[in-house]
Amino acid sequence: MTATSASTDAAGTPAGVLDGPAEVDHGAPLARANPVSKLAVALVVSVALLLTVDIVTAGTALALELLALPATGLPPRVLARRVAVVAAGAVPAGTATALFGVDSGHLLAGLGPVTVTSGSAVAGVAITLRVFAVGLPGVVLLATTDPTDLADALAQILRLPARFVLSALAAMRLLGVLAEEWEALRLARRARGIGDGGPRGRLVTSAGQLFALLVLTLRRATVLATTMEARGFGTLRERTWARPSALTRLDVAVLAGGLALAATATAVGMAAGTWQLLLS
Amino acid sequence: MRAEGWGWRYATRRAWAVRDLDLQIDPGERVLLLGPSGSGKSTLLTGLAGLLDPSADGSGQQRGRLLLDGVPARGARAEGVRAGTARSGLLLQDPLAQTVLARCGDDVAFGLENHGVPVPDIWPRVAEALRGVGFGYPLDHSTSALSGGERQRLALAGVLALRPGLLLLDEPTAMLDPDGARALREQVRRVLEVTGATCVLVEHRVRSWLDLVDRVAVLDPAGGVSADGTPEEVFGPAGTGSVGARLAAAGVWVPGWEPRRPPAARQDPGGEVLLRARGLAVGLPGRRHPGTAPVVREVDLSVAAGTARCLLGPNGSGKSTLLRALGGLVPPRGGTLTATPALADGVGPQPHRWRPRELVRRIGTVFQEPQHQFVATTVEEELAVGPRRTGLTGPPLRDRVAELLERLRLTGLAAANPFTLSGGEQRRLSVATALATRPRVLVLDEPTFGQDSRTWTELVDLLADLLDEGAAVVAATHDEALVTALGSQPLRLRDGAPQLPDPVLAGDLR
Repeated sequence: MTATSASTDAAGTPAGVLDGPAEVDHGAPLARANPVSKLAVALVVSVALLLTVDIVTAGTALALELLALPATGLPPRVLARRVAVVAAGAVPAGTATALFGVDSGHLLAGLGPVTVTSGSAVAGVAITLRVFAVGLPGVVLLATTDPTDLADALAQILRLPARFVLSALAAMRLLGVLAEEWEALRLARRARGIGDGGPRGRLVTSAGQLFALLVLTLRRATVLATTMEARGFGTLRERTWARPSALTRLDVAVLAGGLALAATATAVGMAAGTWQLLLS
Repeated sequence: MRAEGWGWRYATRRAWAVRDLDLQIDPGERVLLLGPSGSGKSTLLTGLAGLLDPSADGSGQQRGRLLLDGVPARGARAEGVRAGTARSGLLLQDPLAQTVLARCGDDVAFGLENHGVPVPDIWPRVAEALRGVGFGYPLDHSTSALSGGERQRLALAGVLALRPGLLLLDEPTAMLDPDGARALREQVRRVLEVTGATCVLVEHRVRSWLDLVDRVAVLDPAGGVSADGTPEEVFGPAGTGSVGARLAAAGVWVPGWEPRRPPAARQDPGGEVLLRARGLAVGLPGRRHPGTAPVVREVDLSVAAGTARCLLGPNGSGKSTLLRALGGLVPPRGGTLTATPALADGVGPQPHRWRPRELVRRIGTVFQEPQHQFVATTVEEELAVGPRRTGLTGPPLRDRVAELLERLRLTGLAAANPFTLSGGEQRRLSVATALATRPRVLVLDEPTFGQDSRTWTELVDLLADLLDEGAAVVAATHDEALVTALGSQPLRLRDGAPQLPDPVLAGDLR
């Protein structure tokens, strides 16, 4: 596979933003599934969990997702690193709810106006579980999907306009160059003697740097657009696709699994009586 | 192809980019298109590629006709796309801007998909095109891991997969190192021999492409063609002929008219040592690469007043990375970089710890890409930025700016926006901004790279003057002529380490 080629070359160039997932077992069912079906599952689970904030529904969904993880082909180490990003959102959100949320039930701890009651503690745990349960399918989608494959699927299966999808994909490739340009611009400014004027000076410097980045990127994007047009991009209404993207029986199974997961979590929540429509 | 009184004006410009052009190129001809910058060479190539749209909501205004196979070029392009093969293929300069997709095979297939080629035919044609340019990586190799030369070769494959009858090359090697450029030229030569395609090439460095073309056409900035014929007819015997002289004066590297400079008589080790590297190791800048190994290591180097040090080595050998450390822009990963008291002049010995305003008075750095360094809206203001940071104001500041404008022939451009200058003017300005604070050490990354012969001569003269004034120059370069002209002791890097011990350092240690 391309695991080594996607990391770094001799000059130490970092992997591009569009490089496919390098550390995935490409034979795993969820790695082989069509990006569109993974996207659909992530959406279904999100909608089911956004309807309610309760500990049982979110907990069940998260438990089922964890059971499905072996099918993603993601090594635990990679998964842990990616989930850490979700945790950075989930834990503070839950803690804030527990501390500042609407109080109910008996008082567990308190310091002046900041109180943790049994009600707000349960809500805090529910919020945390919910962010994890919504975030995990997204993490799996991103970690197991090659952006090029996603673009192919969006254009061929969902019939999004090819011009739009491919332009976005090509623009994303320029993003990888952007990070390096930004670093070069920062050093170039130090070389010009700028950047030590305190917070205000730094702000002015950054604004100028951003403008320069914009100018350089636009220039490069113009060349890229010319290259694409010179290779016939946008001339024909019906282009062909070298990488046919199709839904298979595997995708039906993935979609069914996603629906079942959302339905089971909701049913368990309703049976436990904790499920409550958020907007009612 | 045939141009009949053809002219083109971009909608955003007032002046005509091309005027009154009459030119016919027959199938199989290989034409080198020359002319001073601004004579419309690139515009002609863009027009031939069918990318100029003269319609009401198009990109500009057209006069006369530009025909490809007897059809207007724009229509010819659309026709070709429908038929699954391109009438023309265009290869541009910037390797980073010509890769469309993330995997090499997909990138070559991109054009075929756009041309509606049936799926079963696509991959065989991709494989054929990649074989044709000698591309050694598998189809799923990441394009972001390619070097500039490899990217250009991939872009060439993407163009060739469409089997164009006319190959248009717009300075395709201008941004490649000598090895990459040589390899690409060989591939182009083979492709032309195998396919018999017509070729129109724009290139400043004439000599290296000369045996590949059979005709030279010189565009006149005033309109039309000023010379046209075989290379021998146009240039005449080496060093003679008015066309050669005129082109050379306009900055084209004409064979027999290359700028010549007597090698500098200056001898190392020169004056007092200003900068001293001991076992220096440097990594990539930024927080994104904390765990990666240093790119450069074990560098021992001394930089003395009045001498030039040139860093040589293939791309990826770490020249630019080392320069950034020597310029005080990034901290060393290992070893030491010490500014001697003669250079430090009252601040600490570690350049990377200096504040920016302290740094610019001691070490000036000129980046390879001038636009990275521009921070002001006029040339004049650009030159004033550095000196003002060091506390210079009023008449002394005005005098210094005026002196630099004069010295680097920028006076007429004082009010222009730096981003709108030509390549050579931008290079001169970026060097001038570094000189404005009168640093004792000047660090330059590829100062002569991609420059026309006129800018080359001006830069070399300027650097030689600086050395005479007792400054030290450190330059990363591929340009052996520059090394000779500066009388520099080169330091050759390979895979991030010096190949031989530094001779100047040995003298410094004694």
